[in-house]
Amino acid sequence: MTKQVENAATTESMISSPPTGFQVIMREFKKDKLAMFSLIVLVVLILGIFIASAFIDKEQMMRISLRDKYAPPGDDFILGADHGGRSIMEQLILGAKNSILIAITITFITGIVGLVIGLITGYFGGFIDNLFMRIIDFFMTLPTIMIIIVFVTIIPKYNVTTFILILSIFLWIGTARLIRSKSLTESRRDYVSASKTMGTRNSVIIFKEIMPNLSSIIIIEMTLNFAGNVGIETALSFLGFGLPPSTPSLGTLVNYAINPEVLSTKLWIWAPASLLILVLMLGINYVGQALRRSADVRQRLG
Amino acid sequence: MWKTIIRRILIMIPQLFVLSLLIFIMAKFMPGDPFTGLVTPDTDPNRIEELRIQAGFYDPWYEQYYRWITNALQGEFGDSYSFQVKVSTLIGERGLNTLWLSLLSVTLLYAIAIPLGIIAGRYQNSLPDKLIVLYSFISYAIPTFVLALIFLFLFGYQYPIFPTSGTVDVQYDPGTWGYFWSKVYHLLLPAITYAILGTTTIIQYLRTEIIDAKRMDYVKTARSKGIPISKVYTKHIFRNSLLPIAAFFGFTITGLLGGSVFIETIFGFPGMGQLFINAISARDYSVITALVMLFGFLTLVGSLLSDIIMSIVDPRIRIE
Repeated sequence: MTKQVENAATTESMISSPPTGFQVIMREFKKDKLAMFSLIVLVVLILGIFIASAFIDKEQMMRISLRDKYAPPGDDFILGADHGGRSIMEQLILGAKNSILIAITITFITGIVGLVIGLITGYFGGFIDNLFMRIIDFFMTLPTIMIIIVFVTIIPKYNVTTFILILSIFLWIGTARLIRSKSLTESRRDYVSASKTMGTRNSVIIFKEIMPNLSSIIIIEMTLNFAGNVGIETALSFLGFGLPPSTPSLGTLVNYAINPEVLSTKLWIWAPASLLILVLMLGINYVGQALRRSADVRQRLG
Repeated sequence: MWKTIIRRILIMIPQLFVLSLLIFIMAKFMPGDPFTGLVTPDTDPNRIEELRIQAGFYDPWYEQYYRWITNALQGEFGDSYSFQVKVSTLIGERGLNTLWLSLLSVTLLYAIAIPLGIIAGRYQNSLPDKLIVLYSFISYAIPTFVLALIFLFLFGYQYPIFPTSGTVDVQYDPGTWGYFWSKVYHLLLPAITYAILGTTTIIQYLRTEIIDAKRMDYVKTARSKGIPISKVYTKHIFRNSLLPIAAFFGFTITGLLGGSVFIETIFGFPGMGQLFINAISARDYSVITALVMLFGFLTLVGSLLSDIIMSIVDPRIRIE
């Protein structure tokens, strides 16, 4: 008897309140096995990289030993060694850690800048909106990769911080555009007008009332940006215009393959890093798409 | 129609102006000047100083900018000190290579993407559709340089089907068929890489467009009139869905330009992207500024082209 009442109560509560954002995401991941798999692989991979990197002695890793030049994978080196006899495995772990950390930093910087600019321009409209849209239009038509490379070469004190800042200057555009269009439609809703009539301050409306309603879009956008930023950082490091030489990146390892001899005969040097980049990109993007589906009622699986 | 085009071109002018200003400022920050390359142990520092004054190195910045931009508008970007030729000649040669590569890439891109998009849309949720969706996801997520390296390794070294660098084999004379084929042969691998990387947008657009069109009233009408399903697809749905694809053309060019830096470096293809990387390494600033300006201009032209095609295809967005 009591059990029945309980059952009735739970069904009732399920009907009365629609599933919250987090429950929807959980359901989507339970339905989509591949997305679940990608998420688990990513978490294990990233945790593994961070834990393993704590055990690596950087000084010893960067020491050149010509006796081990191009040592193939074996007992001494799990994944072999590069032209300076340095372990590929250790460079791979440290490089992956650097690449991921830098991509996360850029994602947060560009995410916050894009979010604030997008929310404000979309909410107020008018002059501010016009001004920023012109700036964004201008940025959209820039040959971004080339200008970033030029910046990297002309900046006098070049280090990881400046690299992150240079990339951030060019990468907030997409987020700002997306958030602006969403904030524009959200600002025309009744609850915003009601809040305005009640005399709520603009800052409160923007950050306490509109922003929470965009949270799912923000999370999706940042996940996909994270993948994009890993791609851009490794690509620039691959060309030799990314992280400074003292900080290994996944792109630096792939860069060795520019040498045709390494590319054709010394697979162990560049293949693991390329594979890791590929797995990261596929995994993050797939999780991002699953998140996007869960935010869109029409595309949801469960 | 013409109003739209003229308006779009007028919008380009301030954008080009700001871009040129940005590039000019960047060039001012680049260490060295055109005379640094002339310095030898025997040069008299005073002589270099005189040359600098003559060339207007100490003039106010706006005068220097005016001189630079008027020269640039006439295609005059000075000399490249690392190649010892005029920048315009150098870019002309390399630009032609990039142009051929882009043309072949765009052709392949459309040849791959359109059939795949049509199949995926028409046979939604079938096995081929699922494979195509998977393919377009992978080609979207994979970074340009990783795919290019894998292709070069597989088809250039492991199974040497394609040449690994250059534009043409030396034994052929220009003008002969052998020369032409050797050129196309050298273009193929980079072009295929480009094409695969660019297909995602078109496939996904076509697929959703066709799936949406299936539920449209005009399709129901056509079916109820007794038109066979295959005719409905070829005569009604495809025609409507394919038109907007034309407008992607401009953006495809923009994408190609961005990727050319990577593709040309990896495939050792002497085009503008590789020239840019070489110029950066050699600190050849006259070449760098000219290339950034040209790429910026071409990106603008790409988006202009897309807008114009779109306004031809879709009369609703024209300005009257």
